[in-house]
Amino acid sequence: MLRLLTIEFHKLRFNKASKILSIIYFGLLTSIALIAAIKFEFGDFKLHLADAGIFNFPYIWHFNTYIAAILKFFLLLVIVSMMSNEYSYKTLKQNLIDGLSKKEFILSKFYTVIAFAAISTVFVFVVSLVLGLFYSDYNEFAIIVSDLEYLVAFFIKLVGFFSFGLFLGILVKRSAFAVGAMFVWLIIENMFRGFLFWKFNENEKTSNIVDNFMQFLPLESMTNLIKEPFSRLGAVRSAANTMGESFTKTYSVDFSTVAIVSFWTFLFIFLSYKLLLKRDL
Amino acid sequence: METILSLKNLDKKYGKVHAVNNLSFDIQKGNVYGILGPNGSGKSTTLGIILNVVNRTAGEFSWFDGKLSTHEALKKVGAIIERPNFYPYMTATQNLSLICKIKGTSTDKIDEKLKVVNLYERRNSKFRTYSLGMKQRLAIASALLNDPEILILDEPTNGLDPQGIHEIRQIIKKIAANGTTILLASHLLDEVEKVCSHVVVIRKGIKLYSGRVDEMTASNGLFELKVDKNEDNLLKLLKNHEAILNVTKDHETIIATLRNSISATEMNSFLFEKGFVLSHLVKRKPSLEQQFLDLTKNN
Repeated sequence: MLRLLTIEFHKLRFNKASKILSIIYFGLLTSIALIAAIKFEFGDFKLHLADAGIFNFPYIWHFNTYIAAILKFFLLLVIVSMMSNEYSYKTLKQNLIDGLSKKEFILSKFYTVIAFAAISTVFVFVVSLVLGLFYSDYNEFAIIVSDLEYLVAFFIKLVGFFSFGLFLGILVKRSAFAVGAMFVWLIIENMFRGFLFWKFNENEKTSNIVDNFMQFLPLESMTNLIKEPFSRLGAVRSAANTMGESFTKTYSVDFSTVAIVSFWTFLFIFLSYKLLLKRDL
Repeated sequence: METILSLKNLDKKYGKVHAVNNLSFDIQKGNVYGILGPNGSGKSTTLGIILNVVNRTAGEFSWFDGKLSTHEALKKVGAIIERPNFYPYMTATQNLSLICKIKGTSTDKIDEKLKVVNLYERRNSKFRTYSLGMKQRLAIASALLNDPEILILDEPTNGLDPQGIHEIRQIIKKIAANGTTILLASHLLDEVEKVCSHVVVIRKGIKLYSGRVDEMTASNGLFELKVDKNEDNLLKLLKNHEAILNVTKDHETIIATLRNSISATEMNSFLFEKGFVLSHLVKRKPSLEQQFLDLTKNN
């Protein structure tokens, strides 16, 4: 495993584009801390995010993983290009001739995906911990370590998302088209959602039924892993309550969603391998 | 003798195109093999199959008597197919050390092999700045990194200028002289003739011949003769000689193909007795080109 990782790292290390994108990505992850500096002042209305409770443990785990997951597109470009470059440089062929098996080739890419996801997770963990220790109102150990499942969800979400990118990279062999293909797939999922709404619009619980179907789709299930954290925020909640709205949403990480995303991850990697086995290079 | 590679009834179909048709041959250690065939005869496909990049439709092949799986065996093989493929953003040294990682060998030999192919001075330039000849030489260096048991070269001089062709041939000759087994695919006959001891001839995916170069056609050789005067009588005399199969004239040179073996001395004294004084007499085997054409014509 270490051998395969060092091989892949060697390929990435000298690639300027990949290096710059990775640096931007990790830079942005760190800059989540800058949210602490956001202050709004509209006359009497003052909002200082750091004081609004977004950095309170354990809420910070939820909030930061959600925000950090948005940045994953930077790494997606790295992942997709590391796959499609092998086709455009024809180095995939050379790697196989030099004695890498097709299985090892796919595994080296998958291990890299896992490594990227793991490093991101550790990064988010450290940044959140530091921010929390600075700004959180509660600093008891038991509270700090509660809700850590958001980090697990974050990790699984990244692995699933990047595996999808890897698969598309192999499938279409061109990085720009692979990213485009993922975008097209996103549109397809949303068209499917529209179709379901139209199909079941007679029903009383239309949106429940739609969600029941949608949760099995790859991008939707990855989105569901970490639900939006904003409506959970105390300040938002109390504001909503005064306006007569109430939220009955659950924000926790569902095991079923984890299972669905893990299944897709497996499928993407397996299909990448099968595709590679079948192809003549 | 140790068998390095063995092909049994190998078959490859691309849709309706039958690229490799029931191909079988063995590669023995220490020999230099040429795979000959016109463009599109299935040479590259055959090499692609044994190198794990093309899937076979049927048949089998095994490396080192089947003792190793294909990708393990390939670590002991050096191969260049068609165009050199490297990472353009890496330097020569970086590219080669990646290959060392894949093959699981140490990086000690990188400088030595770069010197063999005269790229040592440019070792820290990025691959994308190289000329085609330099790229091809880097490919050879990469194939030599692990001191391979067998070197596989597919059209190694394709697209090079005369200078580049000459350099590559010198390198190949040097390697062959070290006793490395070589498998060289080419449609350039003189290239094969200069370095190979054995040939496999393929056309349209079918094997026409496999064996030693000099046994390719059952021929007793031919004479090249020139005479200053009385040429017509010489032609007549040669045509009636019992050891001579047929006589043709190529510009100023008379070419007499032999039916039975006869030495140059015998021929010379026979003609001298008959009053012919030759200005030129050579006995030789037919060129590989001639043999190849005969072979592909007959089948």
